Order: sequence, then structure tokens, then C-alpha cells
Amino acid sequence: MANEVAILGAGMHPWGKWGRNFVEYGVKAARDALQDAGLEWSQVQFIAGGETVRNGYPGFVAGASVAQALGWSGAQVASTYGACASGSQAINTARAHILAGLCDVALVVGADAAPKGFFAPTGGDRQDDPDWLRFRLLGATNPVYFGLYARRRMEIYGATELDFARVKVKNSRHGCTNPYARYKKAFSIEDVLQSAMVSDPLRLLQICATSDGGAALVLSSMEFARKRTSRPVTIAAVSTVTPRYPNTVIEMPNFATDSAAGAGVPDTLFKDSIAKTAYEQAGLGPEDLDLAEVYDLSSALELDWYENIGLCKPGEAERLLNDGDTTIGGRIPVNTSGGLGCFGEAVPAQAIAQVCELIWQLRGEAGERQVEGAKVGLTANQGLFGHGSSVIVKR
Amino acid sequence: MSPAKAQTPAVEGWFRSDPDGPRLLGTRCSACGSYFFPKETFACRNPACGAADLEEVPLSRRGRLWSFTNNCYPPPAPYVTTDPFEPYAIAAVELEAEKMVVLGQVVPGVGIDRLEAGMQMELVVDTLYEDDEREYVVWKWRPVAD
Repeated sequence: MANEVAILGAGMHPWGKWGRNFVEYGVKAARDALQDAGLEWSQVQFIAGGETVRNGYPGFVAGASVAQALGWSGAQVASTYGACASGSQAINTARAHILAGLCDVALVVGADAAPKGFFAPTGGDRQDDPDWLRFRLLGATNPVYFGLYARRRMEIYGATELDFARVKVKNSRHGCTNPYARYKKAFSIEDVLQSAMVSDPLRLLQICATSDGGAALVLSSMEFARKRTSRPVTIAAVSTVTPRYPNTVIEMPNFATDSAAGAGVPDTLFKDSIAKTAYEQAGLGPEDLDLAEVYDLSSALELDWYENIGLCKPGEAERLLNDGDTTIGGRIPVNTSGGLGCFGEAVPAQAIAQVCELIWQLRGEAGERQVEGAKVGLTANQGLFGHGSSVIVKR
Repeated sequence: MSPAKAQTPAVEGWFRSDPDGPRLLGTRCSACGSYFFPKETFACRNPACGAADLEEVPLSRRGRLWSFTNNCYPPPAPYVTTDPFEPYAIAAVELEAEKMVVLGQVVPGVGIDRLEAGMQMELVVDTLYEDDEREYVVWKWRPVAD
């Protein structure tokens, strides 16, 4: 198809708490991706970096930091920030350059060195920053928002703590053999339900940790790829949609939703529109998927995503989970990598890492996690303040 | 008994105390009727409208509980935490007239075991934190039955 680009290489630095500078994780991932692609750094014409806000420098210039560490080459550079969606913003920037004919080979990289504990807002006295104010006035941490969504599922669909625990158990079994995962333990239901309550109904083992890590991709034009491989994995869609007004579901870090008093509610709510836009770009639908990587910031949130990406109707996610459909070997495995439950979040790397897992699956290189015959995969994710993120890859 | 400390809003212009009780302060678009909280003052964010005529209005005092959770661990700064830390509930409350959901802490002493989606909640003003001279106050939600 005219709007496709090839993914020639993928690479990651293992997730963990390594205590090193984020650039090292990015360089390791980038070198692995280049080696995987059989290309030299000097052949990269464009580098797109997902920015980290840490290291004491908001908007850290990630593309150039990694380019400098790989050795200045004169490549064109872009650095993008979209919170948790920074990685897909970087992917889309590289993809757009290739599709516009501005370059043939692009490197996409994201890496982070995360602090311990709750994510906190940027420091200072920031009375006009909603992210600062929600901590100041409400003490509303990220798990508070996840807790609101989880409780809502319980109240309207009858979801239970056991359902949420089963998501964690499933993902921990998926990820325990993944060499890049941080947590490689297969947890039991008891482990999960006995862990400390953080934001009711969510317990410590159901909430994504903050991690160090790095992930990279080498993208190229289809023409360039065809000279090197007969069957590349391709990117069929990247969705980076914003919500439509009025967005009537409370979003982190906001104090309130939009008001629906002056405008009708859109047919498609924001989280549903993220994958829908990707499906429309790719000319595919949920029935075409062989697997999906979704953003399980909490175990309960994974169930919301089943519905948001069209795997089932609203209220049916628990049944899908409990029937084993989303387990490896089931109808539509979700989070075969182990998801954020096994990784923790390395913000600008995470959306890229989701795509890395799909590539290895589509190439049949996922080892014990392998989904047999996988041909189409989708990632879904969402960045603070209204950054949608979904990538469809196929082979 | 120490003299009462001066009460100071923890944020300026987001709520006020009326004779019949405290109210959140938002804005309303005179053209399309959309509400905004916190206040939007520049232009209406409804893309089909965009009018510049936004008036400050008090929001409904009561609404229905959309969802709720709590915080069992002290949040990071800039939240000013107590020692020892007292867990608190957080409520998302749906205002009928404004057709919007607004977050707030739930008053101390009301845990999540006393909350249920759909129940009626009302706005109060309560202590957020104190220093030597002042008591900083913020809006909170509490069940109407209380």
C-alpha cells in the first residue's frame, strides 16, 4: 500500500532500575536495532527521539543526545514529546518523513531513567499547570485516576477484584520469559490480592511501576526495504488522534471533563477513536488482529482497552479474559510481552517497545511467547493531556 | 484554645462561599451554553462555537457520584501531607445541568466503604493543609445524607 513504511530492525535495552543515564539505554537499543536491520549508523538519514522530561531538563533533546552518543553524523533530527505517547509521536515523525520522500532510512529511539515511586509533576510553584495543581489541590496521583476507571468498571459492569488480578497473573505468565522484562516472576492470584492497596480497588501488583529502559526501531521506505528483504514487517497505520469535543470521560491530569451542555457527545469516545483511526488508515478491523499490546497502566485498564480496540462489546471484557481468549494460545492474545505489568513504564520508550514486541511476533522470533502464525498486530496507548497512540504492523 | 487561623483558599478564584453553601466557579459560554471548570476565559472550546463571550458562573452544588477511589499512600509534592498520613477518598461527581464530571477529595472520615456510584454528593469547603499562620482550604465532596 502507498502509505506503508518498512520496519527493518528492532532493539531494546532491558527494563529495570539500572541507575545509568538514559542515553546509554537509548544507544544500546539503537545499536541493536541497526544490527538487526543490517545497517550502519552512517546510513541513517533521520533520527527521531522520544523525549524524557527527567534528568532535570524539561524537554530533554533526546534525538540529538542519542545522535551525539552514537557519534555526530550530520543526520537530520527531531525530538518529540507526547508523554506516554512520545514513542509513537517519534515513530510517526519518522514515518511521515519517509512517506514524504524526505529520507529513506530513519532511526526511532526512546529511553528513560525514571525516579522511584509515584510520578510527580515538574517542580516549582506552577499555579497555571493542571498537572501540578492536581497534585497540590487533590493529591490525585496517577493511580487515583486508574482507581476511578477500575471502580467504574465494577459499578457498571460488575467487574471484580479477582478479574483485575487475573489480568496481572496472565501478563506475568506471558512476560516471565521475556529477556527485556523487568519483573520475570509468574505471580499467583494470592500474590496479587495480598499486595498492599494503593488506590482502591487497585493494589501494588496491579499498578505499573516506573522503570529505566530503551527501545529503538529502524524504519525505511518500501523501495529501500525491497532491495534487502522480500517480506518486511510494515507499519500500516499510526494513529495520534486527539479527543473530539466534548470529551466526557475524566482524563488524567484534569480536574473535570468537558461539558456536554452546549454540544452533543461524539459518536466515538476518545479511547475508542484511537484504534478506530488506526483501523481506518490500515483498511483493517479488529477481526484481522492476531495480537495486541495495550497500555496496562493498571490491570483493570487492560480490560477497558479490549473494548476500546474493538475486541468485544462494552461490558464483555471480563468474559474475554476469563475464557482465555487474550492469553497466548487463545483467540486474540493481549500483552504477549508481559505488558507494563512486567515492564513498568519507561515513558518515551514504551510505545516503541510495544511495536518491538509485535515485530518479533510477526517474524516468529518471540520464543516461548510466540503467537503462532501472527500476521497483524496493534498497539494502543494514550499520552497525558490528550495524545492518542496506536500503531498497526503487519507482515 | 489557640485562636482560629485565618482561612485562605488554596487556589484563587476556583470556588466561593455563598449563603446557601459553597460553589465551584466556572465559566459558561453565552452562545452555546458549554461550561468550563477550571474557568476558560479566552474563548469557548466547543469547536462549533468558539465565541469569546464567557461569563463566570457558580456550578451546581450537588451531583451524582460517577466513580471513586482513595489514596492509601502520601502523594509526592506539591501535595502537603500530614504526619501521620491519613488516607482520603477521591470522588468524581457528575453535575446534571453542566453535564460534566468534577473531581474532588471526599471529606475526612468518609471512606470508600460509604460510597456507591449514583449517590448524591454535595460540595463543601474544608481544610487542605495548615501552616503556622493559616488554614488553606479547598472544595471537597461529601455524601448528601451526612
